[in-house]
Amino acid sequence: MRDVAVVGFAQRQMKDFDGSPSMAELLVPILAECYDQTGWSKKDIGFWCSGSSDYLAGRSFSFVSAIDAIGVLPPVNESHVEMDAAWALYEAWIKIQTGEVDTALVFGFGKASAGVLRRTLSMQLDPYTMTPLWPDTVSLAALQARLGLDAGLWDEAALAEVVNRSLTDAEKNEYAVRAGGSSVSELLARPMFADPLRKHDCAPVTDGAAAIVLAAGDRARDVRERPAWISGIAHSSDGLHLGTRDLTVSGSAERAAAAAGGTAGVQVAELHAPFSHQELVLRSALGLVGDVQVSPSGGALAANPMFSAGAVRIGEAAKRIWDGSADKVLGHATSGPALQQNLVCVMEAAENGRAK
Amino acid sequence: MSRTLQAPVTVAFDYTRSTGPVLGRFFTGLRDATVVGGRLSDGRVAVPPPEYDPISHQAVTEFVELPDTGTVTSWTWVSEPVAGQPFDRPFAYALITIDGADVPWLHAVDVSSSEEIETGMKVRVKWAEERTGAVTDLTFVPDSVGLDTPPPSGSSGSTSDPVSRIVTPVSLDYQYAASPEESSFFRGLAEGRILGQRCPKCQKVYVPPRGACPTDGVPTAEEIELSHVGTVTTFCVVNVPFLGQKIKPPYVSAYVLLDGADIALQHLILDIPADEVRMGMRVKAVWKPRDEWVTSIENISHFAPTDEPDADFDSYKHHL
Repeated sequence: MRDVAVVGFAQRQMKDFDGSPSMAELLVPILAECYDQTGWSKKDIGFWCSGSSDYLAGRSFSFVSAIDAIGVLPPVNESHVEMDAAWALYEAWIKIQTGEVDTALVFGFGKASAGVLRRTLSMQLDPYTMTPLWPDTVSLAALQARLGLDAGLWDEAALAEVVNRSLTDAEKNEYAVRAGGSSVSELLARPMFADPLRKHDCAPVTDGAAAIVLAAGDRARDVRERPAWISGIAHSSDGLHLGTRDLTVSGSAERAAAAAGGTAGVQVAELHAPFSHQELVLRSALGLVGDVQVSPSGGALAANPMFSAGAVRIGEAAKRIWDGSADKVLGHATSGPALQQNLVCVMEAAENGRAK
Repeated sequence: MSRTLQAPVTVAFDYTRSTGPVLGRFFTGLRDATVVGGRLSDGRVAVPPPEYDPISHQAVTEFVELPDTGTVTSWTWVSEPVAGQPFDRPFAYALITIDGADVPWLHAVDVSSSEEIETGMKVRVKWAEERTGAVTDLTFVPDSVGLDTPPPSGSSGSTSDPVSRIVTPVSLDYQYAASPEESSFFRGLAEGRILGQRCPKCQKVYVPPRGACPTDGVPTAEEIELSHVGTVTTFCVVNVPFLGQKIKPPYVSAYVLLDGADIALQHLILDIPADEVRMGMRVKAVWKPRDEWVTSIENISHFAPTDEPDADFDSYKHHL
């Protein structure tokens, strides 16, 4: 395996973006930040990979106009996934492992405010038995939350504690769409939205974009004193049918973490949990115990830009390696209804087998 | 004035899907007012039956006819329903375990408040009078509620053909926004002007202007007002009729390189027989009457020949 590190990261998270769903005008400054951080130009990028969704944009091949932001003439080595950019990062990591390229720039973008997000996401369900009922993502998460409440795995106060901690941490995040903790009792006094979930239990609808730069070996060392070396990365999926899996656990997150080499020694974990109870499901599945710091950015409850929120978690975690505040971190991304698909990226200050 | 032009857009399509043997059996059951489950490799019965077993990954082949009663395993209250949901007023979604099944089924329960539903509650199917063999053929009601009409008499439709296709309509609403550069282009059209923008790096003039130059990855910026006259660089003759077509075939759709632009604009060439349109032909914009102008490329009805001599190939060969 080649040593590959996260060496650049730029993001935008906002309530609504007054511009085209192609988002080229938002991506241009984000890509410029990546060039600033690395000292590179587009000629230094060996591979490009983006994550976005045509259903979110409301038109076909929506990623094609967004790649104008790269500058694609003469042609570049480019690919796209209809997933969060965390999965684009996975593809780029494999591309670098093949030895074909040494560097990659991964980006994701999505204008969730263009439609009714919780309804648009019904398109990712089984089109025969689920989508015709248009069950929205918030309702599906609420069904999952109640299963855990009824089973005694968590209570409403535990959900409010997750929210309170996230929104308190989000006060330090300039990109947070929602921030400001209060108290568990104050949160529990607020009205239900999708019983048993309140609005603060659900990630805010967020527009945004993110970009991450990957580099192998010396190319990474040229950019950062402490590159965030990827020591393990894996993703896994659970079945399409909600009924045939236990929604109170996440088998796919557990399998992904195991395949990424486990989570022992992780000091900071940025989790992509768009609903408060999902953080509890993920902590358990990923084996995050003790004093692991969870989502110090505020996490997805503070801002959840579709198709880049998972990549933002990886970027936020990598920053903790760069600034020296942690030696081992984890970035997690989810996709699909009720945590159906999960990706785990473990990063360390030390390269494989070498001293820190 | 808003930074960008915006308009509502609805994207809709009725997908016709073949059902295959497993879902076909399930939907045939629903049409005939029967709940059909599938037996999984571990002995559990699942409704709806999955096509492939989630553990063994083998095809599901054993079906079980089940009663139309069940128990709420989990529920949530939909306080603000969205378009397409089973009710346009607040209602409950629930995971319902049908009696005799082991795996819960996601469906809607018709109750008028969240006080009227709880985990463990018994519910029964309320069949739609007109059933097509789709998951929308039913909703659930509390078992304690008396039904207005007696339930349909089971598999009376067994003489009908099995359900092999279903239609699943999709309709999504968006508030579509043009980029700032595109907005400038459309606002120009509302004034009878064709506006392009120049890339600050490569100096190419784009029409319509773009959020980023595909060569340099920077927004086009400097505004250029373009001539209404240009050259056909390439074209095609449309002979195929299609839904929503406004002009009788054959007609010509062409790339027109406006004088002063580096990118051709796609539009119609009319006022000339389709078989006389050629590369290099000089054409001019024909505008609709001024009182019909809106912020749309349709303000230009079409392009028509100027009757000038054709342009030299060398003058547009770099723009093909």
